[in-house]
Amino acid sequence: MLEAYPDNRLSRIFLWGFSALVMAFLMLPTLVVVPLSFSASNLLEFPPRAYSLRWYETFFGSATWMAALRTSLILGTLTAMVAVPLGLLACISINRLGGKAAVTIQGVLLTPSIVPGILLAIGLFFVLAAQRLVGTLFGVLVGHVVLAIPVACIVLLPALARFDWNQVQAARSLGANWARAIGGIIVPQLHISLLSATLMAFLTSLDESVISIFISSGRNSTMPKLMFLSLRDQIDPTIAAISTLWTAIVVAVVLIVTLRRKS
Amino acid sequence: MESLPITIDSVSKSYGTYVALDDVSLDIQAGEFLTLLGPSGSGKTTLLMALAGFVRPDSGKLLLGDRDITRLAPNKRDIGIVFQNYALFPHMNVLANVAYPLALRKMPKAEARRRALDTLARVKLEGLSERNIAALSGGQRQRVALARAIVFEPRVMLMDEPLSALDKNLRETMQYEIRRLHDDLGITTIYVTHDQREALIMSDRIAVMNSGRIQQIDTPQRIYDRPSTRFVAEFMGEANIVAPGLVRRIDGADASRATLMIRAESFHLDEKLVGRDGIALEGTLRAKAFRGENWLLTLALDGGGQEVLVCIPAALASGCGELATGQRVTAYAPAAKVHPLPETIA
Amino acid sequence: MTATADPALAADALRERRFFLSLSLPALFIVGLAAILPILWIIRQSFLTTGGEYTFGNYEKVLSSGLTWSALVTTLELSLATLAICILLGTPLALALASARPRVANVLMAFVMLPLWTSILVRTYGWLVLLRRDGLINAALTGSGLTAEPLPLVYNFTGTLIGMVHYMLPLFLLPVYAAMRDIDANLIRASSSMGASLGQVIRTVILPLSAGGIFSGSTIVFIYTIGFFITPAVLGGGKVNPLSTRIERTLSTFQDWGSASVLGILLLIVMAMIGVMFLAARRLSTRNGAAHA
Ligand SMILES: Nc1ncnc2c1ncn2[C@@H]1O[C@H](COP(=O)(O)OP(=O)(O)OP(=O)(O)O)[C@@H](O)[C@H]1O
Ligand SMILES: [Mg+2]
Repeated sequence: MLEAYPDNRLSRIFLWGFSALVMAFLMLPTLVVVPLSFSASNLLEFPPRAYSLRWYETFFGSATWMAALRTSLILGTLTAMVAVPLGLLACISINRLGGKAAVTIQGVLLTPSIVPGILLAIGLFFVLAAQRLVGTLFGVLVGHVVLAIPVACIVLLPALARFDWNQVQAARSLGANWARAIGGIIVPQLHISLLSATLMAFLTSLDESVISIFISSGRNSTMPKLMFLSLRDQIDPTIAAISTLWTAIVVAVVLIVTLRRKS
Repeated sequence: MESLPITIDSVSKSYGTYVALDDVSLDIQAGEFLTLLGPSGSGKTTLLMALAGFVRPDSGKLLLGDRDITRLAPNKRDIGIVFQNYALFPHMNVLANVAYPLALRKMPKAEARRRALDTLARVKLEGLSERNIAALSGGQRQRVALARAIVFEPRVMLMDEPLSALDKNLRETMQYEIRRLHDDLGITTIYVTHDQREALIMSDRIAVMNSGRIQQIDTPQRIYDRPSTRFVAEFMGEANIVAPGLVRRIDGADASRATLMIRAESFHLDEKLVGRDGIALEGTLRAKAFRGENWLLTLALDGGGQEVLVCIPAALASGCGELATGQRVTAYAPAAKVHPLPETIA
Repeated sequence: MTATADPALAADALRERRFFLSLSLPALFIVGLAAILPILWIIRQSFLTTGGEYTFGNYEKVLSSGLTWSALVTTLELSLATLAICILLGTPLALALASARPRVANVLMAFVMLPLWTSILVRTYGWLVLLRRDGLINAALTGSGLTAEPLPLVYNFTGTLIGMVHYMLPLFLLPVYAAMRDIDANLIRASSSMGASLGQVIRTVILPLSAGGIFSGSTIVFIYTIGFFITPAVLGGGKVNPLSTRIERTLSTFQDWGSASVLGILLLIVMAMIGVMFLAARRLSTRNGAAHA
């Protein structure tokens, strides 16, 4: 935009210099973790004097961490499996109803994304405690699903708005009931958006920490919960290895989503 | 396959205070090709979609044969529909699109495939069965849409401006082919268009719609020559609506008291080409234009200055080139082409 | 006019509407179960003693405690400071990105979004490594002789603030960048041709036109930071206690569900008040805008 202003060399150099610093600030904490994870030393020294894979070995050798990894992956998968179909149905409903009803439903479904996580967490904790469900996978799952539904809807609503609904009418006129029209016409054509929604829902669960911290426990502790506890207690390079792996997983998922979108 | 008559009985539909269909009644005979013709927004699509089950009327009845389908779900109506944008399924190839209604009817795979291929051959798409929809031309898509709508042998077919996306030449070919397909199958067809030529060429009967009402339903020739309202007269072509008193009979007898509809191309400049019972209009030439196959003259009539369009075929218009504006001109029309508008007869 | 509506057809229309409504029921049910019911439960819990009897005691206890009010102050301080720094850092960055060629801007945006896709815990860990007494930054500072003693950068307000700004900056940037991208470059050409200096162009054209984006970004910053938990809990090192960590401690350490609930409601009220303020501000500014036009 500023390129439209003639003769702005000096201010541009200043602006870009400033921006480079801000971008460095944004990237620094994510990147600094990577070399640390390959350090051979117990100390958090930078740059590491010698490199090794010992912290990765520690991580993969730890039954606790492995259980947490398993829990997180299972939770992410279940969350996506529940949140995306529910989100799709809700989005179809919103799209077809229109008007006040649609605005209301959308508003209700999006509330969990603006309520502070800590409130959802303690509220859910109370509710689950009354049912003796604190610490169960199910308890964390509902918490994650409720956060993943808005995420799925944000991906799916615009996709449905772009969808050519004449095709559903065509399918109906050819003899398809609603279930078959959704399964045979809408779902196959939205497959890219559905994949995005699935991965985003998966990530939402994978990344969620506050509900996990309050609800999950013991064998069902998630990765973020264990990471939170070890950040509070002691920090050693194992966390660096985990962080690096974790970021790699997330970046891979995001790349898949964006690349699939583009193609 | 036996086709069925369609009865539309006092169907009304409003959107809020806007009346899209205003007490529409229409009987379509078994095997008939009926066209709904009307300007944009006149309710053609709404009526078609009511038959298909996608628009729920506020009141009225829809019958297929003796069967009341007013409240039947769209997927149980067995009506073949060709949508304006074709609504082909892009995630299926041509064959899968055409076989889709058969698969829904649980027809064995091999038989469905054979039927679909037969239907594709019928619409001249042999050899394209494995193509992707995206790889088809507009005309080919049109044919796939047709094949998909007839493959399950519906007893009624609805088409909503199926040719509007095609260029002129292709449109004329397809007009012919759709009509031929209809004649082969004998399937009761309702066809929507806002192109009056297309309606005239293709239909057994035409129903002209305006503002949610049927204005007139008749054969193409009668709709064109004997419109019952001013709207129909003007919608169907260059029509002159002439007030009584401005015309005289050539033979001197008393002229009609009704408002007259005379099409521009009914006029002659040569009295001898018109019988003694024809009429004459006198006026001065306002403008003239050469349009290739004909000349278009604009006359301002004596006594009021009402303008009348006169269209003279180029072959009969040897003198038109020399006419100058301001010159006095008399135009003649044969009695058979002078139509008193019924709505104006008191 | 049209005939009267057929009741059977009207009933069908209603049935169809109910069918479409029913498609969103499962999702609504989950949201009700896992978001709305919990909030209601917090309200109920705030009136209960440990024994389960109704009481106002929790409110008396929490509202009379100095800790509560200092938590409230900390919460607002953190939010306001985060917002101020986001505006200071984010607006120029958005300006630079919006001025870049689209290709370059897209690549840079991907980098800006990287932290958004990194787990909050990973980032918090990264900051710990950087900001500790023997961390990278202090090593660099003392090593280069800029400071004699390592600076206290973490386990305090500063560290918490750094972590929160880092979390919020990309989220603040998105709407601002979008608003700036939409500004017509011809406006800038026009004002420069009329003799405006670059500073004047930025002040009189770019900032007013991207005010909507900055406003949205600020709303997002506020809504998120009010309830922030992980960052103060880890980078605050127990010394920075906004409402969120107070809630956690009251619940986990003191097992005082009632007081934790009261604090939760307090948080909700603060959020609602700020939300209303933002809405009012938006309404006021659009009305003024209309008056100017
Ligand atoms: N869902 C709807 N809500 C409100 N008004 C509608 C709706 N569907 C149709 N209408 C209105 O009803 C009128 C008739 O529409 P319809 O689509 O039947 O016209 P049409 O004759 O098919 O026109 P066209 O030749 O442009 O396709 C239009 O004025 C349209 O705006
Ligand atoms: Mg239409």
